[in-house]
Amino acid sequence: MAKKIFSKDNSSYFLVIIAYILVELLLKTGSLSSLMRGLLVPLCVYVILAVSLNITVGILGELSLGHAGFMCVGAFAGAFMSRYIGDSLPQGAVFLIALLTGAIVASVFGIIIGIPVLRLKGDYLAIVTLAFGEIIKNIMNILYVGKDANGLHISLNSASSLGLDPESGDIIINGAMGITGTPKSSTFTIGIILVLLTLFVTLNLIHSRTGRAIMAIRDNRIAAESIGINITKYKLLAFTVSAAFAGIAGVLYAHNLNTLTALPKNFGYNMSIMILVFVVLGGMGNIRGSIIAAVVLTLLPELLRGLNEYRMLIYSIVLIAVMIFSWSPTAKNFREKYLGFLKFGKKREVS
Amino acid sequence: MSLVSYLFNGLSLGAVYAIIALGYTMVYGIAKMLNFAHGDVIMVGTYIAFTAISTMGMSPAAGIIISIIGCTVIGVLIEAIAYRPLLNVSKLAVLITAIGVSYFLQNVALLIFGSDTKSFTSVVSFRGISLAGGKLNISGETIVTIAVCIVIMLVLTIFIKYTKPGKAMLAVSEDPGAASLMGINTNGTIALTFAIGSALAAVAGVLLCSSYPALTPYTGSMPGIKAFVAAVFGGIGSIPGAFVGGLLLGVIEILSKAYISSQMADAIVFAVLIVVLLVKPTGLLGKDIQEKV
Repeated sequence: MAKKIFSKDNSSYFLVIIAYILVELLLKTGSLSSLMRGLLVPLCVYVILAVSLNITVGILGELSLGHAGFMCVGAFAGAFMSRYIGDSLPQGAVFLIALLTGAIVASVFGIIIGIPVLRLKGDYLAIVTLAFGEIIKNIMNILYVGKDANGLHISLNSASSLGLDPESGDIIINGAMGITGTPKSSTFTIGIILVLLTLFVTLNLIHSRTGRAIMAIRDNRIAAESIGINITKYKLLAFTVSAAFAGIAGVLYAHNLNTLTALPKNFGYNMSIMILVFVVLGGMGNIRGSIIAAVVLTLLPELLRGLNEYRMLIYSIVLIAVMIFSWSPTAKNFREKYLGFLKFGKKREVS
Repeated sequence: MSLVSYLFNGLSLGAVYAIIALGYTMVYGIAKMLNFAHGDVIMVGTYIAFTAISTMGMSPAAGIIISIIGCTVIGVLIEAIAYRPLLNVSKLAVLITAIGVSYFLQNVALLIFGSDTKSFTSVVSFRGISLAGGKLNISGETIVTIAVCIVIMLVLTIFIKYTKPGKAMLAVSEDPGAASLMGINTNGTIALTFAIGSALAAVAGVLLCSSYPALTPYTGSMPGIKAFVAAVFGGIGSIPGAFVGGLLLGVIEILSKAYISSQMADAIVFAVLIVVLLVKPTGLLGKDIQEKV
């Protein structure tokens, strides 16, 4: 089969690039409100999170409710690295090292958590990932790390128990107060480059031999095992890649803030669930869908801002309505009967 | 003596978790769905009781009954509108709808009652008892909560074992297809399960806020998640499991708050869950389901 330029995969790249050009044009003409400008980096963060969670949920077929935990680990590792290196290197190099640190630390956590978790099945797996996410958030709230001339000091009690040298001491992670003074290195351009990188790795993973093995496990574990696919290895691989990109998203997120703290709002299970909503609404295993869902669902509450206190109410009603409209058998029949000419939601069998 | 009083506090909190977990576990057993909105039904029930008792000046008993009726109606409505169209289609789709319902309930409560913390007056007028010459005080709330939990547990067990609707529930949770062939109204049975679960949520909410009086639109979400953990801990789908899981979880939480670290209590609870599931992957009293090739 000849390669098509406008294949479904390439359309994901085009979509991102077109969006980038469009936003840059709007920025140049100054027609973007400051609210929207502030949303650009978070949008990239959410897109990376949604695409990376789709590896676990859509491609591997395991329900994970702890994705925000990996983001949290990555964010703290990256921000810590940035603060630790400080001004000894140019800002770009520091950010690159921070990104690598975030990705590596998050993937190490992915392996540590993945080995026990992936032995479980279905809803049990989901609840254990949720538990791990909450534990990570909790530990970040009581972790104190400081550096002085003698090296690093770590404590789980309080900043004073670090025993820092008063002259050269510097508290980097200050328990529930988090990390302050991270350089604000995240820009929309870097965000888009990271989104493209995530897309590149994910799409190539899906179409590789490895990706086919992972999807075989999703479709029928026993059949996959019987033809010699190493279940543990491929499950762990998918889970770890997913965690690594969540870590990268975390680093991007951390470098967009002055103060990084682990609150229930940004790293709790609610965040994990929000990312899951992006993935399910965009379509399981559908990368382009994840991107669109992440962007639309992040912008929707902002666009409804004029409605003030009603906006989250409308958001929730839209969420329920969309789910029922796109999944319920009655709604499907209705759509085929009366709205067939609109041709939306091409029928594809995705298990 | 302080250990004993911590144990009682833990059992009281655990009894609330157990009542909520019963709702989770029954719904899971019969509909195989994680009802993420269950925690918010608790919150709505508590607001109804609060309005009836504090704002309208009704007696606590009347307030509780109104709250139970309100929650039952809400639970059945949620099931009929948001879950039933999707129940047999995709588990994940229902999960997302449940999250939507959860946001919806929180925001409705936010619109009606505002985001400020309401102070819930305890519905228990019984003073409590003092043992060992005043060294050990057990509050009335603690005793009532534990007693109510045990009564609910017993009534539910009898209901499921010896009544027709109860047996129908067991049948539907075992095999919905076969159950409907035997003339059981599957949709009706599922609706009944939601009704019972939501009624229990109202009771749990009132008891929870009698001991911990702060009431906000987000009051239900953390106890909801903890009760969900308790249900999984005891083996999701199993009623004695929810009871045991809830009580254990409450005791572990209070003891780790008292003796280890108050900030780490949640982390310890979750860590215990992970260890239990790794040793026994279907929870303490869960059934082991063999996979067929």
